[in-house]
Amino acid sequence: MNKIIIALVLSVFLIIGCTRKGGRPAPPQATTAGSAIVESSGGKQIGYIGMPLDQPLVVQVNDASGHALAGAAVYFSGPKSVNFEPAAALTDSSGQVTSVVTLGQQSGRYKLLANTHDSSGKNIYLIVEEIALGYQQTVGAQLCAQYCIRCHDSESTPERVSNMDNLSVKPHAFTDGDTLNKMSDADLIAIISHGGPALSKSPEMPPWGYTLSKSDIASLVAYIRAVADPAYEASGFAYAQK
Amino acid sequence: MKTLRSLWHTFFGDSARAFGSVSVIFLVLLAIAPAKDYFSEWRHYQKQYLHLIRGRADAVTLERHFQIGIQQIWIPEQQVTDRCTTCHEGLKESTLADVNTVVFRKHPVIPHSLTEFGCTTCHRGQGPATTMQEAHSSTADWEQPLLPAKYIEAGCGQCHLEKQTATPFLNQGRQLIASYGCTHCHTIKQGDGTYIVPGDDPPLLNHVADKTTREWIYAWIKDPQSYASTATMPNYHFSDNDARDISAFIIAQSTPLEPPLQPVKTDPKRPYDPAAGTTLYGQSFCASCHAVQNAAGLLVGGTVGPELTGIGSKAKPEWLQDWVQNPNHYDPISMMPHYRFDAEQVATLVGFLESKTEPDFLANVYLDAATPEQIEHGKRLVVENGCASCHEINGVKKPENFAPELSRIGSKPLSQLLFVPGVDHALPDYVAAKVRNPRAFGPSLKMPQFKLTPQQVDAITTALLALTDKGQSLPPSMRIASVQQTRYQPAGQAGQLMRDLRCFTCHMINGHGGDIAPDLSWEGTTVQRQWLVQYLKNPETLRPALIRRMPKFNLPDSEINTITDYIMTVYQTPDFDRESLSVSSFTPTQVEQGRQLFYSKFACQSCHIADFKQDKGYIGPALAEAGKRFNAAWVYHWMKAPQSLRPGALEPNQHMTDEEARSLTAFLMSLKGGRIEAMKK
Repeated sequence: MNKIIIALVLSVFLIIGCTRKGGRPAPPQATTAGSAIVESSGGKQIGYIGMPLDQPLVVQVNDASGHALAGAAVYFSGPKSVNFEPAAALTDSSGQVTSVVTLGQQSGRYKLLANTHDSSGKNIYLIVEEIALGYQQTVGAQLCAQYCIRCHDSESTPERVSNMDNLSVKPHAFTDGDTLNKMSDADLIAIISHGGPALSKSPEMPPWGYTLSKSDIASLVAYIRAVADPAYEASGFAYAQK
Repeated sequence: MKTLRSLWHTFFGDSARAFGSVSVIFLVLLAIAPAKDYFSEWRHYQKQYLHLIRGRADAVTLERHFQIGIQQIWIPEQQVTDRCTTCHEGLKESTLADVNTVVFRKHPVIPHSLTEFGCTTCHRGQGPATTMQEAHSSTADWEQPLLPAKYIEAGCGQCHLEKQTATPFLNQGRQLIASYGCTHCHTIKQGDGTYIVPGDDPPLLNHVADKTTREWIYAWIKDPQSYASTATMPNYHFSDNDARDISAFIIAQSTPLEPPLQPVKTDPKRPYDPAAGTTLYGQSFCASCHAVQNAAGLLVGGTVGPELTGIGSKAKPEWLQDWVQNPNHYDPISMMPHYRFDAEQVATLVGFLESKTEPDFLANVYLDAATPEQIEHGKRLVVENGCASCHEINGVKKPENFAPELSRIGSKPLSQLLFVPGVDHALPDYVAAKVRNPRAFGPSLKMPQFKLTPQQVDAITTALLALTDKGQSLPPSMRIASVQQTRYQPAGQAGQLMRDLRCFTCHMINGHGGDIAPDLSWEGTTVQRQWLVQYLKNPETLRPALIRRMPKFNLPDSEINTITDYIMTVYQTPDFDRESLSVSSFTPTQVEQGRQLFYSKFACQSCHIADFKQDKGYIGPALAEAGKRFNAAWVYHWMKAPQSLRPGALEPNQHMTDEEARSLTAFLMSLKGGRIEAMKK
């Protein structure tokens, strides 16, 4: 009888062992435990759906006095479609873990989680946000780079000198959610199509409605909404989700 | 045994019982098919969808749109039979854009309608399938799985052979395929019958011994990127001995240039002035095409010509002098213009270039004199590795079909591919792995290792996956053809001069040339003759924000006149007459109205400078001398519709009235003073 029970138990283990999909990948055993996890670089990037972000995500684990800790285990997680390479690792000698992030197939914002455990086994975590542009937003991004960015971005690069300082009224950066989120889609379309005077603003913003198509302008609005910081939340369709 | 017999008796004991039992068995068997249908996967999804929409406020509308059963988009002329909408019921419902369940979410905005193009045209996968496994993944009878999202632009690239705004990665991939010269070895014929032509300019090697040393060639072959990080030549991972033998052969096959190199004769007692060299390099705008690494390790300059960071370690001084004097002598088809430098300028510039060395690059290279066996072995390696596909080499013919044709690589059957461990059994993974690290597929493979970033690998993979059977067999009406260079050449003496100055490296004229500088097809209508003469003599800065500038060629007056006459006569727009608007017809009132429009209504000063004392905008060209530069009729028509004169012009069409355009023209034509130097003070 005992033999049968042992055989049964073994076979149950065997079945569980064979069918279980590997859960969280186990990193090498952590040698230390930190008390804080901070972002080093790679947050708030604007990427494209299904593509790796330009910069890897780098997080750092610190001890109680704020010094970097080597050998702490860091786990990355996020929505199911996001891929981390590696998804779990030990911090290196500078206390950091670097992971290449590939965003999922839906456009929008992705909240990514990096966590580690402190000495008492408590979970401490860090949330970073990344933006994935879909088709329409990518078109907007391209048009923005061609027509808008020289005035709307104060940063200069060797290839592209910013014109912002030359304008008497400073344009809003497209990421300026505090201002642009308050404008309705219709207002944004109006000011892009007919220029600043359409909303009693500066004529230094020219009309683009005779140069760009309606769908081009819709793409620009989609891009502006996608990169807004703080995030844009569409109003309307109050019934959309119950 | 007894029980069996009694069971038999119960069900089949007499004919009535047997009839009843057999009927029941048949009934059950008949019910299997409907039951399988009832419990099918797609019904499960439709039930879920109904459950989802019934919870929403617009349930009535959504339910009216909902159709039960298998849905199908059938487009015979595109060979599309797509049943994807059976499960993906909400693709067309604009209110479902915010749904978290991906299956039922509205399709993101794209310019195409689902009913006209179907799903598999862009996404691939198995259209007629009704289970997720079969539709999304590759199966025994269907090899094309869904295209991963990062390669989705490959779907666009089947029909769209032109460069579109919406497909940045596809454009980048195609551009990389051209600029890395992939098509020197691989033929790529696109659906519209055109070929992707190599966009690089590999140097001729038949006189290379005049130009550089065997040591440099050896070190370069070993690792091109250690000489110049921007080098497009791939790394063949040659062994020391192979590199030794190849360099021996390359030098041995080289013949002296005929007529021989002509170094300049300068006063040997005069010391070289490094400051003058730097100034001349800057004044000649060499940086428009060539990059040099600065002290901070950043590359500064253009990518048209090779990087010059270590040119002093590479080129022999006498070759550099000959080359700077007239590049046509060494390479008649180089992209480098023939500057009119005098002997002293040549010596100064070459002195500057010779000072740019990379001593580490040649530090450990010691080669003994080559033996005939080594040269013979070197030649065999050169032939085996197809060096002559890109380079012209004496005694080695350009090989035909050296590498597989890639015109249909995006539809390649997996059975014809050899996978290696670590590469998923799917076409996109195969192509990406092959581009990333070709030698992983076997050490004997000839394809070399290109230096590409992961993002560049994905871009090239996207462009390759777009080369499908479908793309080749599309009806021509569905295809947007690629823009091809025309064979336009200017005629006569002026044409000869323009080719000598390599105008077409940067400028496009009548569909032929580069896109670095403005299109000159209608330059004769655009500008005034006197201005053009001045400009060719001393190209001033027109657009303060640009780095790439027109070089100063030091042309003699006679040559300037020949070119100017040709441009003013031949490059005229057919749309209007350049004499149709006379400056003398403008009244002072119009000029004043124009000024007001310029500064208030249209706020042109945000991008242009009309007066260097007060205006600052520097996106468009400076207009302080517009009255000396432009033709009035051109300005008027430009005001009305910039893009109709130059497609893709950045200046927005302001939708002006005729009256406004006339006044602005009057104002701009009145601007005749204040050179750009005034701004720099």
